[in-house]
Amino acid sequence: MGALLSFGAVVVLLLIPAIGAGALKLHSLFGVVIPYLAVIVFLVGLINRVIGWGKVPVPFKIPTTCGQQKSLPWIKHSRLESPATGGEVFLRMVLEVLFFRSLFRNLRTEKAPGDRVVYGSSKWLWVAGLAFHYSFLIVFLRHLRFFKQPTPKIIGIIESFDGFLQIGSPHLLVTGLVLFGAVFYLFLRRIFVPQVRYISLPADYFPLFLIMAIAGTGMLMRYFLRVDIIKVKELTMGLATFHPKVPEGISVIFYIHLFLVSTLFAYFPFSKMVHLGGVFLSPTRNLANNTRMVHHPNPWNYPVKVHTYEEYEEEFRDKMIAAGIPVEKQPEPREEEQPTEESEGKE
Amino acid sequence: MYDGGKIIAGIIIFLAFALFPFYSNIGKADIKPPKPSLDTPVIKALKVKKCVEPEQYMRESHMQLLIKWRDSALRHAKRVYVNSNGEEYVISLQKTCLRCHSNRSEFCDRCHKYADVDPYCWDCHFSKAKQEEQR
Repeated sequence: MGALLSFGAVVVLLLIPAIGAGALKLHSLFGVVIPYLAVIVFLVGLINRVIGWGKVPVPFKIPTTCGQQKSLPWIKHSRLESPATGGEVFLRMVLEVLFFRSLFRNLRTEKAPGDRVVYGSSKWLWVAGLAFHYSFLIVFLRHLRFFKQPTPKIIGIIESFDGFLQIGSPHLLVTGLVLFGAVFYLFLRRIFVPQVRYISLPADYFPLFLIMAIAGTGMLMRYFLRVDIIKVKELTMGLATFHPKVPEGISVIFYIHLFLVSTLFAYFPFSKMVHLGGVFLSPTRNLANNTRMVHHPNPWNYPVKVHTYEEYEEEFRDKMIAAGIPVEKQPEPREEEQPTEESEGKE
Repeated sequence: MYDGGKIIAGIIIFLAFALFPFYSNIGKADIKPPKPSLDTPVIKALKVKKCVEPEQYMRESHMQLLIKWRDSALRHAKRVYVNSNGEEYVISLQKTCLRCHSNRSEFCDRCHKYADVDPYCWDCHFSKAKQEEQR
């Protein structure tokens, strides 16, 4: 149900520019206004989310650990699984952000004969996750050729590696296919793994369909329904230099692709995809497990009114002495009291 | 904000990447799209100035036509191309395309450079400039 709803939403998103830019010729709306708005929403929304997270107090140190905490010197400390210092946390974060280490632990849960629950290794989520994120990164970087003139050399080098198969003309770029394939796998996983299907919401399916549509229209435009790339770059360079212009004669498939990408940008800060920023601010990952060494003050503790022993003694010293209770700080020595104290001390 | 210094630093790094296309293009608004030159002797001598297919198609899809021509000539030994108007052309990069478009650096390269495309046509085929260079 959630999948159908999301699929319908993406179909509507395909139709909006098809009608708006295709039939109604609203080229400056779909080529300039909407992309600018989407980028503004993306940047402001994402920064707003991150600052919002930054304002949330973390009352306890809550790193998720699965290794030996730093303890006595002869007990082997698991540095990555239970980091104790900032440096170890940094290493753990690097591995998480670049290699998705927590997905590597993904398990398959199945029922064995006799209603036993068994767990097995399942690395496909990790593999598809890596394939998806890295190919998306390369596809994203490759698009810099539309926003820089001349294009940085590194982009050309990336593209020549990406097209190393030299199939067809224009060259087949591997990352486009990998991106589509990996997203499609992530979608199939939600459909065919019952536990995952049970917890999947429209908000889980929608980004998958949206990215599939983006990759699909992108490849369609490169390999089948060609567009005039020089005019496209004229438009995109106009956006990058804040001198927008809309050349005539760009076919509607380009506006569809651009609208879907704008949707992704605008939707980003409000969706699960905001883990782009969130991964850095997860207290279960970015805190050190050093509670035995460093006191973690709860930031929302209000100032407690305390009455220390020193203040107590100051208040009641005379009475304490009168009652014969020992005091830490002796009262100002007076001539006649001196012998009494000495005798008390001897006792 | 807690750990404000680190978070602000992170946001600044993010913005440095995200806004790169914008701030690195400041003052470059005058970049004009390239105009491939049709100024060659053979084109000038043509009575009807037209390519093998309509201009719009050639602008968008010439690379697909070229690869189709390559397959047709080299893999199927068919050297005749019939275009969308039913006219026949000899399938040959040197003898058909480059006969008119003999100005590689003013025609092919202008757009290819602008769009950062590096076609491998010239690995085997000679452009006139390169031929002269080699002499």
